[in-house]
Amino acid sequence: MLKAYYHLLVRDLRLALRNRHELANPLIFFVLVVTLFPLAVTPTSEALRAMAPGVIWVSALLAVLLSLDRLFKQDYDDGSLDQLMLSPNPLMILVLAKVSAHWLLTGLPLVIIAPLLGLFMSLPSEAVTVLIYSLLLGTPVLSLVGAIGVSLTVAVNRGGVLLSLIILPLYIPILIFGANAVDVASDGLPVTGQLLFLGAVLALALSLAPLATSVALRITAAR
Amino acid sequence: MWKWIQRFSSPKYFYSMSAPLITWFSIAALLTGLYGLYLGLFVAPPDYQQGESYRIIFIHVPAAWMSLFIYMVMAVSAAIGIIWQIRLADMVAAASAPIGASFAFLALVTGALWGKPMWGAYWVWDARLTSELILLFLYLGYMALQSAIEDQRSADKASGLLAIVGVVNIPIIHYSVEWWNTLHQGATVAKFDKPSMHIDMLIPLLLMAVAFKLLYAALVLVRARNEALYRDRNRRWVRELIEKL
Repeated sequence: MLKAYYHLLVRDLRLALRNRHELANPLIFFVLVVTLFPLAVTPTSEALRAMAPGVIWVSALLAVLLSLDRLFKQDYDDGSLDQLMLSPNPLMILVLAKVSAHWLLTGLPLVIIAPLLGLFMSLPSEAVTVLIYSLLLGTPVLSLVGAIGVSLTVAVNRGGVLLSLIILPLYIPILIFGANAVDVASDGLPVTGQLLFLGAVLALALSLAPLATSVALRITAAR
Repeated sequence: MWKWIQRFSSPKYFYSMSAPLITWFSIAALLTGLYGLYLGLFVAPPDYQQGESYRIIFIHVPAAWMSLFIYMVMAVSAAIGIIWQIRLADMVAAASAPIGASFAFLALVTGALWGKPMWGAYWVWDARLTSELILLFLYLGYMALQSAIEDQRSADKASGLLAIVGVVNIPIIHYSVEWWNTLHQGATVAKFDKPSMHIDMLIPLLLMAVAFKLLYAALVLVRARNEALYRDRNRRWVRELIEKL
């Protein structure tokens, strides 16, 4: 089982690394969207600091959302998803492997580049640390919950807007606590509560979302 | 037992049994609704703080309750449809979604109308209004997924799974929004031993809640009957029904 997890993870990473230009797209998107806000609203550092947590978190959310397509689309189109489902390994484990690969390829880069954006938005350094922690706990949930939505819509023609329609409401708790943690931290207050909540949601999503995703994949494949 | 359920839940049987139920539910809904409105609008005393304008709760609160209740009904019947493959349950789930969305919309609109005199603005980002809005989005997502998938069986299963995921999420969303911001007045009815509400206000409120439940029962039967006819349009029992017309 662990072996299956490992092999699928390595396969997905290898496939993605061979398409390197595609890999950078969500990241560029993330930076680009954040850049739009100072241009659209105001570049004064007080205003930027006030809206930074929300802007960075919303942009991260959208970047993950746009990259979700990558999770199952290609495998669905070329039939390897069906092969995975036929394998004797529990589908949950395979789903978990694919989601882990997705997070390593999109979530983790977002976390790494976030300090730069904190700098752009003139966040104080304590808030940048919390931003990293909150993204580190929050982005895996975005991938996990997004996997449910993607597996439901992967067979739908032009399912992109539909995907955001069904997934964005489910992302709201993560957005609230992630952005709030950063916001509170930039006022110099403790943020343990928010981070613990994010961790709890991560534990919940980690245990339930692969189950729901594998059921959803079976529904999609039965068509 | 299983055979009995199968027979009982066949769309044909449901179709013939539900017609009189609709009449009874509608009449009961109309009577309780009219009596509840009469008590609420004319008999109940004005609120000592909010004056007459509080009376919109007799629509607003039952509508908000219904929007949650219907989501639960939807998710439970979707689960029954997925687990036991009972088509009628899928039909009930699909028929419930637009009704639940309408109740959520009604709760939002009446909340906005109430908010204007009370808070001075139609819309404030208050926790409960916001989670009601998110509930409306959940309904809309369910309906969008339902209509996007052409094959009826997998549309039911896919959107049903989404409804179940939504149920797991509703408490999380509710509490996160609650902690995020709150301006809404606290619940005044949930305390069963001693509601912090005058009995003359409580009775019409509960009557309206019963009326809305009955209205939902009637509406969901009408919609589920239509679903049954539409989905079985190529089956023999529907053909026979048409030939009799």
